[in-house]
Amino acid sequence: MVSKRIVLRFPHRLVDQPIVCNLVRKFDLEFNILKAYVTPREEGLLVLELRGNEKAYEEGVDYLRGLGVAVQPLSQDIIRNISRCTHCGVCVVVCPTEALVLDLNTRKVHFDDTKCIGCELCIKACPTRAMEAHF
Amino acid sequence: MAKTIAQINEKIKSGKAVVVTAEEIIGIVEERGVAEAAKEVDVVTTGTFGPMCSSGIYFNIGHSKPRMKLGGGTVFLNDVPGYAGYAAVDVLLGATALPEDDPRNKVYPGEFKYGGGHVIEELVAGKDIKLVASAYGTDCYPRRKLETWVNIKNLNEAVLFNPRNAYQNYNCAVNLSDRIIYTYLGVLKPNLGNANYCSAGQLSPLLNDPFYKTIGIGTKIFLGGGAGYVAWIGTQHNPSVPRGENGVPRAGAGTLALIGDLKQMKPEWLMGTSFQGYGVTLTVGVGVPIPILDEEMCRFTAVRDSDIYCPVVDYSRAYPQRESATLGEVSYAKLKSGEIEISGKRVPTASLSSYPKAVEIAETLKEWIKKGHFLVTEPIARLPGAESGYSFKPLVERPVE
Repeated sequence: MVSKRIVLRFPHRLVDQPIVCNLVRKFDLEFNILKAYVTPREEGLLVLELRGNEKAYEEGVDYLRGLGVAVQPLSQDIIRNISRCTHCGVCVVVCPTEALVLDLNTRKVHFDDTKCIGCELCIKACPTRAMEAHF
Repeated sequence: MAKTIAQINEKIKSGKAVVVTAEEIIGIVEERGVAEAAKEVDVVTTGTFGPMCSSGIYFNIGHSKPRMKLGGGTVFLNDVPGYAGYAAVDVLLGATALPEDDPRNKVYPGEFKYGGGHVIEELVAGKDIKLVASAYGTDCYPRRKLETWVNIKNLNEAVLFNPRNAYQNYNCAVNLSDRIIYTYLGVLKPNLGNANYCSAGQLSPLLNDPFYKTIGIGTKIFLGGGAGYVAWIGTQHNPSVPRGENGVPRAGAGTLALIGDLKQMKPEWLMGTSFQGYGVTLTVGVGVPIPILDEEMCRFTAVRDSDIYCPVVDYSRAYPQRESATLGEVSYAKLKSGEIEISGKRVPTASLSSYPKAVEIAETLKEWIKKGHFLVTEPIARLPGAESGYSFKPLVERPVE
């Protein structure tokens, strides 16, 4: 079993297609939608947690790519600009998934991007705006 | 066996001074006792790096040809309004100033992406800043409009002057209401969802010299990555608050007005800061060296987080309505454990002040002193102390008929 958080970008021509539905029907994958919107230029953006058999997961992602959907890990889209991070810890209490945690020994903040769900709550809460979203 | 400032400075100059941070002195005193530590250690360095409102800069741009008197007119720096009411070409910019077209909290909560604090950071970083000014014109200063890039390296004087920094202790903020609130102590989740505080605790300058015995007007300090000075009593200085047996105030107390040459400073120690729903400010790095003149100073600097208490205040009602009720006191040791208990509820904590950066400041100052570059200073005048009766008065409004 694998479970991954991915960002899907749909070109204009695919926005009205029931593509996620096919991930369930054809590949027996489970999904959890974390974020979804259609931009003013009618491109779709979908952040999914996708879970299932490893082979089926790979086939599902290949299916998406074959249709022209750009697929990339969520961890590439939420980034910490370390030069602006003061390790104050304000983000830690707003992060719902413990992707941002404070090491009580070093008192430094650690960002585990594999736990991030892209909710962006940290971005506006960060006083020095060290957290960045690049969706 | 007391030491004098002059004796300590002789040791600094000859490279023999023993300098430790306010974190390191704790273990030294624990191991060897106060008497031994006081003999051995000459200087203890402190540090703090947190958002500090009441910060700002002033600078002189030089005279244009033909001349222009900005005073009485307007001045903007990257669209952020400055203040030109001092003279012809002296300009002042406060950390909390916002561009006139910033939506503020009209779309609540506002983002406050850019303001005075960010202009200060960019100026210090050596970036060009757009200056736009207008004036009414006089016979000796005929020019009425000015649009130009300015850069810190071409300014005559550029000075950081902060009327209130380095608060000696502060509130821990919580939210008792059922809606999220946005404060200068960060986002506070409803129903005691989190507790935010802002102090370096055992490393904080004035918590290591609770009665202002060595820190006073004229004290040379680390300020924004360069050297600065304590210029005056900070605004809202309030030494008369209740204190613990160790002399440490149990609430926000003393403050310092700080001054220093902006040209020596570094952007990593003066960071533009945005508080969602609240506004813009500046995060300032401050470090103060404390000469260990006697056993008493040694004992003061050995203060630890478990001996420093602050009040827990509800920022949904008590703070904005200026009600004095608190939800009790909590130690910085407890706050730093990541969780405190309020009214039987476990509440996660977060600090706005960066402890790792405070350590870095104290270490930097230690190195400066060890290398003999930085001497300790005898204050020119004392700050009003706990016995002075000096206090922070609220505004008594007198309605204008």
